[in-house]
Amino acid sequence: MRDPKTAFVYLALGAGAVVVAFPFYWMLASALKPLTEIYDLRLIPAHPTLANFTEVLTRTRFPRWFGNSLIVAAITTASVAFFDSLVGYVLAKLQFPGRGVIFVMILATLMIPTEMLVIPWYVMSSAYGWINTYWGIMFPGLLSAFGVFLIRQFMSGVPDELLDAGRMDGVTEFGLYWRIALPQIRPALAALCIFTFLGNWNAFLWPTIVIQTANMRTLPVGIALFSGEAGSAWNLIMASSALAVLPVLGVFAVLQRQIIEGITLTGLRS
Amino acid sequence: MGLGTRRALWAYTFLLVPLLFFLTIRLAPAFSALYISLHEWNIISPSKPFVGLQNFRLLAHDPSFGRAAVNTLRYVLVGIPAQIALGLVLALALQRINRFRGLFRALYFMPFVTPIVAAAWVWQWMYSQNFGPLNGLLAELRLPLQPFLRSPAQSLYAVTAMTVWQFLGFQVVIFLAGLEAIPRVYYEAAAVDGASGWRLFRHMTVPLLNPTLVFSAVYGTIVYLQLFTQVLNMTFGDQGGPLASTLTMVLYVYQLGFQRFKMGEAAAATAVLFAVILVITLLQMRVLSKPVEY
Repeated sequence: MRDPKTAFVYLALGAGAVVVAFPFYWMLASALKPLTEIYDLRLIPAHPTLANFTEVLTRTRFPRWFGNSLIVAAITTASVAFFDSLVGYVLAKLQFPGRGVIFVMILATLMIPTEMLVIPWYVMSSAYGWINTYWGIMFPGLLSAFGVFLIRQFMSGVPDELLDAGRMDGVTEFGLYWRIALPQIRPALAALCIFTFLGNWNAFLWPTIVIQTANMRTLPVGIALFSGEAGSAWNLIMASSALAVLPVLGVFAVLQRQIIEGITLTGLRS
Repeated sequence: MGLGTRRALWAYTFLLVPLLFFLTIRLAPAFSALYISLHEWNIISPSKPFVGLQNFRLLAHDPSFGRAAVNTLRYVLVGIPAQIALGLVLALALQRINRFRGLFRALYFMPFVTPIVAAAWVWQWMYSQNFGPLNGLLAELRLPLQPFLRSPAQSLYAVTAMTVWQFLGFQVVIFLAGLEAIPRVYYEAAAVDGASGWRLFRHMTVPLLNPTLVFSAVYGTIVYLQLFTQVLNMTFGDQGGPLASTLTMVLYVYQLGFQRFKMGEAAAATAVLFAVILVITLLQMRVLSKPVEY
């Protein structure tokens, strides 16, 4: 750090990091302030309190919304992980008529924006009674065309000799995928799982359309409506935001390297 | 039964459920949206008469649709250059340092994993006219206070700033990977030729980074064309901001289809959005399919 240029780079990066991190700090500081202090601009709460958190947790159905989000994100992630990796494997490693057409058809669905689908999904959900059900919230996300594309790329790298050896040993076709191919692409699968989970955990457009009662709300929908009704109780709004953000940041702190490297792993191949 | 036939049968068995999904949940609804766009479609009313291109004509004459389209274009034109420029500067800076690189990278990346709804409410609070820390800072500096989200002139930029904040870390990671993919020998050759600083950046780094730049611009544009959650939550009480100044295409679709129940018109608007995204994607394929010449 003797070089003044390098020192300047550190300084600039530090200043940028403070700007980027400030909203998180302000959220936490506001969540810890009692209502009487909330309109006071001091950076450190004079009388920090956890009362806002207890109020959000007891007065709203926050724990229920958290649970709903957990259920929705966990099931969609498991489904995407299983089906996308299976399709990716079949398209990369098995020979059969129609393979190219099927792959192009799946790829083509990537170009359709979600906004275009929500209206037909809503019409469909009304017809089949899926409105305001877990299935209704989840069904659009049970498979991902991007995931199929991604896994197929990685499956292509699995050596055919490995599969042939398995066939010699009498491994079933499903076993070849599950026991031999799948363990080979673990990093790509982990990245796909993380991003699918995050995407569903944060999803807002479709859930806000399909959910109609307070009990079925996912976390983002619950927070949006709670905050909209809380008026100027910013201490409570910030406490509910903090309760939604902190678990995600906690997970991010642990999986930081995999998440960021997952972007490089997956993003650059597309 | 031959071995090949048996394997093919297994392949179809494995593909059965996924194909059913892509056909019924992705492809068919896309066509269904086009079908709905040609009808007067109110979810409450049983009669859904065919109206031809009437919905598209209604959109063309609706000032709100024009507003949403222009705003969406402005989000793209302001947000994407800002995000790419800042992302590139930060990536170059991170490449120069040895210590704390991972820490900085993680800090800049945090907003990308943060739930957008929560982040949007935090930013709304930060922009607060009388009690927000941003105006607090302006007051400390003896500068005039700003209305931010309450002003038709500023609100769109206020939302854009939040969106750039959210995607910056992602952009940095993409650029870092792009920079690392540039072979070392080029830098060594450039050093032998005495190229450095701005010249090195302008004539070597930028051309070699071109595929990454195109990818970032296209991916970013598609994301910004679909802005919704940020806008809805940052101007929650007054959806679309003062004088519809933050209204986006998707928010317009949401209001039209799910608050005013004009699903035919809403579907027509999504068909327009789909056409725009399709054109951009096809253009990108043409640009990126050219081989990169190192």
